[in-house]
Amino acid sequence: MNHAARAGSGPQDNNRWLSPENHAAVLEVTARLKDQPGALLPVLHGVQEALGYVPEGAVALIARELNLSRADVHGVVSFYHFFRTRPSGKRIVYLCRAESCQAMGAAALESHVKQRLGVDFHETTDDGLFTLEPVYCLGNCACSPAVMVDEELHGRMTPERFDAWLKAAREAS
Amino acid sequence: MSFTVYVPRDASALSLGAEATASAIAAEAARRGIDVALVRNGSRGLYWLEPMVEVAAPEGRVAYGPVQADDVAALFDADFLHGGRHALALGPTEQIPYLAKQERLTFARVGIVDPRSLDDYRAHGGYRGLENALKMAPADIVAAVTDSGLRGRGGAAFPTGIKWKTCLDASADKKYIVCNADEGDSGTFADRMVMEGDPFVLIEGMTIAGLAVGATQGYIYLRCEYPHARDALNAAIAATTAAGYLGNDVLGSDKAFHLEVRMAAGAYICGEETSLLESLEGKRGQVRFKPPLPAIEGLFGKPTVINNVVTLCSVPGILDKGAAHYRDFGMGRSRGTLPFQLAGNLKRPGLVEKAFGVTLKELIEDFGGGSATGRPIKTVQLGGPLGAYIPPSRYDTPMDYEAFAAIGGMIGHGGLVAFDDSVDMAAQARYAMEFCAIESCGKCTPCRIGSTRGVEVIDRMRANVERDRNEALLRDLCQTMLHGSLCALGGMAPFPVLSALDHYPEDFARSA
Repeated sequence: MNHAARAGSGPQDNNRWLSPENHAAVLEVTARLKDQPGALLPVLHGVQEALGYVPEGAVALIARELNLSRADVHGVVSFYHFFRTRPSGKRIVYLCRAESCQAMGAAALESHVKQRLGVDFHETTDDGLFTLEPVYCLGNCACSPAVMVDEELHGRMTPERFDAWLKAAREAS
Repeated sequence: MSFTVYVPRDASALSLGAEATASAIAAEAARRGIDVALVRNGSRGLYWLEPMVEVAAPEGRVAYGPVQADDVAALFDADFLHGGRHALALGPTEQIPYLAKQERLTFARVGIVDPRSLDDYRAHGGYRGLENALKMAPADIVAAVTDSGLRGRGGAAFPTGIKWKTCLDASADKKYIVCNADEGDSGTFADRMVMEGDPFVLIEGMTIAGLAVGATQGYIYLRCEYPHARDALNAAIAATTAAGYLGNDVLGSDKAFHLEVRMAAGAYICGEETSLLESLEGKRGQVRFKPPLPAIEGLFGKPTVINNVVTLCSVPGILDKGAAHYRDFGMGRSRGTLPFQLAGNLKRPGLVEKAFGVTLKELIEDFGGGSATGRPIKTVQLGGPLGAYIPPSRYDTPMDYEAFAAIGGMIGHGGLVAFDDSVDMAAQARYAMEFCAIESCGKCTPCRIGSTRGVEVIDRMRANVERDRNEALLRDLCQTMLHGSLCALGGMAPFPVLSALDHYPEDFARSA
């Protein structure tokens, strides 16, 4: 593989080959967190917070800094639903699929949201604004159905309220 | 004259607009030149009334709710600051029947205090338990917890004192207290509420646990879906550390206890204690074989007490008021209280802390008020996604660990999700298997493979493909999962499936 040919040939490559800025950002996180016991999850959270995801290219670097194998790091990244290996949209919409929300119409809400955003779960809208993710309980079960956008929680969501929220969110972006 | 007004900062209250309500009150007060001090408390747990605003009156707090931002001007017009009459007025908070009928021990302060104020915590009885514990020998602290009859509130209901005793008796150069705050069961939110509404009680409970077993480091393993709880806990840890309640020398006792919040990463299985420990160690959250028990060989191979949030939050009260006070609540071998969480399709969803012995019927009807949709309630799932679906014929069962085990159910973490008669129980059974497949850690075959096969078999039943033969196959598969799985995920996922099949066979298609 020719590294030079890959670099700059599209956004996908940023995933496999870390840019100097991202490389530095990962090192900043590992330097800050690697000495605590069981550092890998805090480090991965730190990297995802800094870059928005954990690029494939960061795995070897994290492994080196934490004295782990790449398989160890890859295994952990791929085990946990929260860690993403591709960039997300500007905002992440977490839609609860669990029982309490099911009892209050989550399935209908799910079809509505997918149709309105034009995406399925784990996909990002064409304008790059929203990524839709399923979630299994947000602890908002007394106000079902629940949706969380980044860290902003919404209760008793209905298709109409979602549309109103979406309109405002689109206008604000 | 200054007025104190309470508007919850609880995540669920915020999800219904509490932030806008709080801003509107501040703005309206400023516009009218009235001095209002806003306290952002936790939620009282009366969620159909959130955002619920309270005003401090000389005779006690008076509530209004649900208050949206555009109701605020009218409330000022009605002189709500003096408890004035208004359509949203609920009267004295403590006299609202839903609250008045409860027995709040663990949740005594939730919704009352300012969760960002250590002084407020202390003013409401906080840290009296720790002060008592500091005067006791470790074995006596453990004995008090044992005598209280407290059992693990995460779901397994293992006697807490016995777990602590095992850890106390293990000798090691380092021990840990781990709080399982990975509250992943649908229909549960008690951990979240107490962490957001009274975070200091968890810190106090963990510190007492540390003193009891000789542990110097604590971790709160918190699910990443709970950012508000994260902020509340981190603020409380900073405040208690600054005040000398945490650190190298807890209140001058020469005993160390350090505490840190660690964020989970969205894996349901990490609520299982051994996979939680793996995760804290920075690994895939795969279940460990037991033995060794975590109390002997837990986090980083050291003796570790791992308890649920509500369990640990119940400890300060036991050390403050005595084991007998706690034990006097409850029935049979289920002592004390449980914060039940009423969720799903109910008119009055919320948190109900009651002594064990209350029936499901009282919770659903007297507290919950029946379904939100007005249709008959067809079933209640008790104890999270691995809990059985309970049919109406069993609603008289008292909330007691043994009583529910006897009817093939479990109380679990006390979450209760009601469904009206529009629910398709075969779809619910399918979901239970689907969820197990999504969340399986993959270590044991019955769970990893069985859950996927389970979805397929249920799909065939629903399509009437060899209906009866596939039912036999499903039952057989469930037995394999029940008896052959390494942990409760695969071992209990058959509960919702079999209970749906046993009590609602008509929902699983049958050939004509």
